[in-house]
Amino acid sequence: MVKFYVCLKQVPDVYAPLQVKDGNLIQDAGRTVLNAYDASALEEALVLTEKHGGEVHAVLVGPEKARETLRKGLAMGADSGVHIMTNGDESYDSLAYASILAAYFKDKEYHFISCGKQSQDTDAGLTGTMLASLLGLPYATNAVGLTLEGEAEPHLIVKRQGDHGQEMIDLPSPGLVTCSNDMNEPRIPSLKGIMQSKRKPVETLEASSLFIGDQEISTELLGYEEKPSREPGKKYEGEAEEVAAEVVSLLDGKENLI
Amino acid sequence: MILGHEGEKKDLDNRTITMNSILTYIAVNEGKIKRSSLEVLSHCNRLAESLGWESAALVLQPDAPEVLNDLKVCGPSKIYTISHPLFRQHLTAPLLRAVGVAVETVNPNVVAFASTEGSKDLLGALAAAHGSAALPDMSEFTVDEEGVSGKRPVMAAKVVSSVRAKGHPVFVSVRSGSYAVEENPKESAVQELSFSFDDADLKTTLREIITASTDKIDLSEAETVIAAGRGVKDEAGRALISELAEVLNAGVGASRALTEAGDYDPSLQIGQTGKVVSPQLYIGIGISGAIQHVAGMSNSKVIVAINKDPDAPIFDIADYGIVGDLYKVLPPFIEEIRRVKGQS
Repeated sequence: MVKFYVCLKQVPDVYAPLQVKDGNLIQDAGRTVLNAYDASALEEALVLTEKHGGEVHAVLVGPEKARETLRKGLAMGADSGVHIMTNGDESYDSLAYASILAAYFKDKEYHFISCGKQSQDTDAGLTGTMLASLLGLPYATNAVGLTLEGEAEPHLIVKRQGDHGQEMIDLPSPGLVTCSNDMNEPRIPSLKGIMQSKRKPVETLEASSLFIGDQEISTELLGYEEKPSREPGKKYEGEAEEVAAEVVSLLDGKENLI
Repeated sequence: MILGHEGEKKDLDNRTITMNSILTYIAVNEGKIKRSSLEVLSHCNRLAESLGWESAALVLQPDAPEVLNDLKVCGPSKIYTISHPLFRQHLTAPLLRAVGVAVETVNPNVVAFASTEGSKDLLGALAAAHGSAALPDMSEFTVDEEGVSGKRPVMAAKVVSSVRAKGHPVFVSVRSGSYAVEENPKESAVQELSFSFDDADLKTTLREIITASTDKIDLSEAETVIAAGRGVKDEAGRALISELAEVLNAGVGASRALTEAGDYDPSLQIGQTGKVVSPQLYIGIGISGAIQHVAGMSNSKVIVAINKDPDAPIFDIADYGIVGDLYKVLPPFIEEIRRVKGQS
């Protein structure tokens, strides 16, 4: 039976209002969500194990508050959860997260680790392949479809969105895959799922016990600034012919783009 | 450090000193160098020149010499090549190994990539394998002896973060359109690196590539991009999009709604999940301007929007907003462009 570990991350909701003040990003701390790409990774692992049998375990690195996101993963259908607890004030970069996860997975047995291809707040997209590299696993990124083959030695057939087309990649186990949100629509936890999630086992570990702190932080966030705002231009309404002619004439004359 | 490798020179007392350098990875598609790679190379050439460093380029191709004439037009001082049939396709393991060979040989301070699906697939693994930092999807960056600093859009490109990475090397990728291509013809020195790869180390197998036949003009390279949204409802609407793209010699992209519906190939999706474009001219047709989509196009130089909903958020960022039914606006719009171009 196939065994998946899916890595989940709690992220600020990019749809929530935000402002930048003195280089800091200010946002309602309550507006956090399960990273949409991770949700797709979990959904696909659940779909595959519902079809073929197997187990799905959710792993989350984050502060106390992120427990609710791990609970959501359990309510969606993950069999158990692992919460690797941070203080919330560490400045971990992608490599630090990947190192923590690698330390956790080092002596675990599994067929596949699956995670979102990036997190929707930073869009960095590094942790997945860093984790694969640290664990020495073969990997495929930006999956838009997954199928499972083989009983004793499961293989994932990964449909990967590349630059110029889709690549069908045969990923043996153990392996790691990162998922796009184009793969599926993650389920919304049912009431039954939410009730069941409360009885599911959750293991709690301290991130500091997994992370070897002598590693110098290699990337630093210096601050935030507002994106230079675009002034809304002019709106043209009226007869289609006239409006079309006016805008084309401006694109040609003023902008020299035609 | 490996003694006597390319990045090292001896000083007068015969001590080893390291030549500072930036290595730019050159992405190639169907025998043609991607413009986004030349943008990054042009920037690295300028950085290297101002610092007195070496600007080098890396070409991994089945037949690397094929593209060298085009590359020398934006001349780095040195070009490293590895010619191997495995580079005909995007295969992760040999690419990681080959970049690793180049990093060991050149010992660069910085390895710079254009941000593509191809480089996103490699960047994190390369950084972890070399115990290095990575700064992905930068909109600008600069280098010094300590590392790299610069800016990258975050929170669906609603704000910009300033970041810094220390180390040697630092791996960086750059959003397309962040820098202009600057010609700098040079008779660059070329060196083929020795590389071998055991097929048993492939581990993953590429079974098949499903290529989009409609992908005529590379979306991320196009000077003009036409993006179709939910308002483009049917075959007639898509025909108007193609006609407009043809008359403007534009690349065609689509919002997530249309790629998910199967109306447009998934490789044409513009947005946070798909491609980031920053053309001179972007024309959004029947596009509402959802955050996801705007994250992938808000750096376009001139934005034109055609939408029948006057309150569509795309009008907040459009330089020219046409409020109207695309089926009524596009025919005269296309006709007018033809007239201006002297085609009718």
